[in-house]
Amino acid sequence: MSRFMSMSNALPLARWFGQRHSRTSPLKLLLRNRLAAAGLIVLIAVCILALITPWLPLHHPNQTALGNRLLPPGSDGHLLGTDHLGRDILARILWGTRVSLSVGISATLVAASVGSLLGILAGYFGRHVDNILMRGIDMVMAFPYILLALAIVAVLGPGLLNALYAIAIVNIPFFARNVRGVTVTLRNREFVDAALLSGKGHARILLTEILPNVLPVIVITMSTTVGWMILETAGLSFLGLGAQPPQADLGSMLGEGRRLISTAPHVATIPGLMIFLLVMSINLLGDGVRDALDPRLKAGALRRPAARTRTAPAARQQPKGEPKGLLEVDSLRTEFHLDGQVHQAVNGPTFHIEPGECLGIIGESGSGKSVTAMSLLGLVASPPGIIQSGQVNYQRQNLLGVSDPILRGYRGGELAYIFQDPLSTLHPLFTVGDQLVEAIRAHRPLSYRAAWQEAVRRLEEVRMPNAARRAKSYPHQLSGGMRQRVSIAMALANDPQLIIADEPTTALDVTVQAQILKLLNRLREEKQASLMFITHDFGVVKQICHRVAVMYAGEIVEIGPVEEILARPAHPYTKRLIGCVPSVDYEGGRLAEIPGLPPQVSNLPVGCKFADRCDQVTDQCRAAPVELDTLNERHHARCIFAREVSA
Amino acid sequence: MHTQLWRYIGKRLLLMIPVLFGLSIIVFLIMALIPGDPAQAILGAYATPENVARINVQLGLDQPLPMQYVTWLSNILQGDFGRSYAQNRAVLDIISERFGATLILAGTALVLCSLFGLLAGIISASRQYGLADKMITFVVLIGISMPAFWLGLLLIMFFAVDLRWLPASGMYSMWGGDDLPDLLRHLILPASTLAFIATGVIARLTRASMLEVLRQDYIRTARAKGLHERRVIYRHAFKAAMVSVVPVIGIQAGFVLGGAVYVETVFQWPGIGSMLVNAISQRDLLLVQGGVLVVAAAYVVFNLLADVVQFILDPRVTA
Ligand code: SF4
Repeated sequence: MSRFMSMSNALPLARWFGQRHSRTSPLKLLLRNRLAAAGLIVLIAVCILALITPWLPLHHPNQTALGNRLLPPGSDGHLLGTDHLGRDILARILWGTRVSLSVGISATLVAASVGSLLGILAGYFGRHVDNILMRGIDMVMAFPYILLALAIVAVLGPGLLNALYAIAIVNIPFFARNVRGVTVTLRNREFVDAALLSGKGHARILLTEILPNVLPVIVITMSTTVGWMILETAGLSFLGLGAQPPQADLGSMLGEGRRLISTAPHVATIPGLMIFLLVMSINLLGDGVRDALDPRLKAGALRRPAARTRTAPAARQQPKGEPKGLLEVDSLRTEFHLDGQVHQAVNGPTFHIEPGECLGIIGESGSGKSVTAMSLLGLVASPPGIIQSGQVNYQRQNLLGVSDPILRGYRGGELAYIFQDPLSTLHPLFTVGDQLVEAIRAHRPLSYRAAWQEAVRRLEEVRMPNAARRAKSYPHQLSGGMRQRVSIAMALANDPQLIIADEPTTALDVTVQAQILKLLNRLREEKQASLMFITHDFGVVKQICHRVAVMYAGEIVEIGPVEEILARPAHPYTKRLIGCVPSVDYEGGRLAEIPGLPPQVSNLPVGCKFADRCDQVTDQCRAAPVELDTLNERHHARCIFAREVSA
Repeated sequence: MHTQLWRYIGKRLLLMIPVLFGLSIIVFLIMALIPGDPAQAILGAYATPENVARINVQLGLDQPLPMQYVTWLSNILQGDFGRSYAQNRAVLDIISERFGATLILAGTALVLCSLFGLLAGIISASRQYGLADKMITFVVLIGISMPAFWLGLLLIMFFAVDLRWLPASGMYSMWGGDDLPDLLRHLILPASTLAFIATGVIARLTRASMLEVLRQDYIRTARAKGLHERRVIYRHAFKAAMVSVVPVIGIQAGFVLGGAVYVETVFQWPGIGSMLVNAISQRDLLLVQGGVLVVAAAYVVFNLLADVVQFILDPRVTA
């Protein structure tokens, strides 16, 4: 019953319209899908056979020969044997297939035209028309549809044509719903209003503007329902309510043969096999059509991210010698492989964090700062992410190369994350207390009850008002600030050495931002933990960080102590970033004011990556990669003119 | 939580009333639109002049349509579904005798197809594009494309005729045994048939929503906490995926109840489905009407159950 999939997809389908001319043609996509192509071939073969049946050298399908009853398949002159009246099964199958196919297709056409008409009218005229039509549709859908078909046949009386009507009627709602959904979105587009203003009548607009755009939805719905309609008409015939003798379709043949299942099984199994083959090929093709017409709807086409980012062998080598500081990142390279393109998101940043230090990492969105942070513990979604090379050294181990259990031990244990938007990063269906307990018990052997008490204690630690009661709340019941406190409590639950906070205050309003910052800073001091703070806001960096690394296009362009960089920025980009913070106390400074856009990470320039936006650019800047220049032992910048800029 | 739950159930029950109302209107209209003389059609071969007169009075067929509906509905609300003239018994008696059998069959099939569908979907999603995923996807496609009545026949041929492991038909053995083991033995084949063809939708949807959920931020959080991937998939992702699967299980109840018509016919299961088929071929319209109404009402109740499960599962749904 793939039709439910098509129902739930009615809305996203609407998005399809913007981009239908992009990429490969649907037909090519369809043929590239091997299963769909196989379905198409089988279907074409069946259709051709059905079409040429009258001209084939066959027995007459209704010619009885009581002397030849129930011959098994392979008998002389009867390739598939004979039935209880001695009729040739091969001939009956082919004729029956003609009937089944034409009934199924006719039912689909009837359902598609009536359903689409209702859907278009409801969607286009809206309000009362929509209400009345859709309530009616809802009422029909409140029935199990096979039952409704039975009721209709009961009233109209058994017969093939009546079965056709019954099946068509119960399928009308699916077309009406899908088509209505798309029509509503089309109706709200400007071109419809424009057409109305230019004096076109409703009928013209429906025919020339709406219908052509709705057609793909109709085709998709047809391709996902036609198999079912063939199946159901065969079903009604099987029950003796469809085709009446001497007329026979595949279903009624099966119904007649079923009493012989123990003595002559072929009489029933062969027509069944034919139905199955037909429906299966149609369904294969239907899935293919849906995928081809809208590749993004492809069921599960989105690849699921693995438990850990894929890591190339070059990134898994063990560190040589003693790593610097608490955690050291060395020449990290993370890429995204999407649609045959390579996006170099992180291009070899090297830095370290001292114990108890707060290191800020600042940059615009797309600068690779979050990807850098998530690469440390293999949390970059993969596919499409892949860590190509580099090292993340912690306690003399390269985290990129350790085994899964060891990595899991560090995650949420000694190394903890706080993410940006606590509404989407906390699980909506578990209480916050439960989520905390889980974090605690992942690393410590506590009973659930003991862990719950610990969880409440941690919530109190982050100044959660009424912690014991709040622990029983679900994330959506808390305010943004409280949710972020929960995330912080969760990160601190196992007394980490390093907290990696990825824009933890961006989703919050300014006063709450300040509270959370203060809290984080205080906890870092109390616990003697290090903090890696990712932000796009120099005001925040100034408030809590000791050192800061400025990232641009996946590279560190400047790194050094915060006061020194604020006083004497050595990179034109840093200078601009600082310029975006109007005053000392201003906390909401945004980077968007810098003119221009960062370069596309799928097509990075050879030379200085900031060249296109830099007002001090020279030819030399673009000629070759710019190395990190050491201004003093702690202050480095990636600019040819670093010394002049900072002067 | 409990008061919330009861309030929610109460609200859903109230919302059921208009739906049932709608159902009754549709059933009534279908019957009212019978071509020709309705009394004649209802009575069929039993149309003696006395019977016709009786039916006309009983159903108020001489009155205008809305009045007919009121008479009809008040009869039904009093439990008077009319008489089956083919069997010369009250419709309600026949239905209540058979309803249990359908419920057992459809309920078992629904449980089975949910279990296997969810399991298959999870396995498929956690090994996306792996061998297991490809095999499950293919089997699911077979299930979706297979006529239930054919599958039933194949199973009978195999397990009842050839291997003689299981009975081919009925609900209890003719002689002796009408105990639970006997019922179960009779139930295996029809319930599996029905479950197999109904599993596909649930498996497909579970796979798709698991894949969708596994991309969510809170899954990354779960991994960042240091949880084992098994726990991430079976606890965090599965619970979230269930939220979109449960309503579809409710919809599948309709498919299973409808599919029971074929399966009951093939296995001669003494339920409403096989009764309906006989009633239709005998043009026993009042019996058809009663059967359709009752099964449709059962479907509404199944959907109500799905909504309640949804409510328990998802704290964001408010009463
Ligand atoms: S190297 Fe040249 S282009 Fe790049 S930041 Fe320095 S001055 Fe600007």
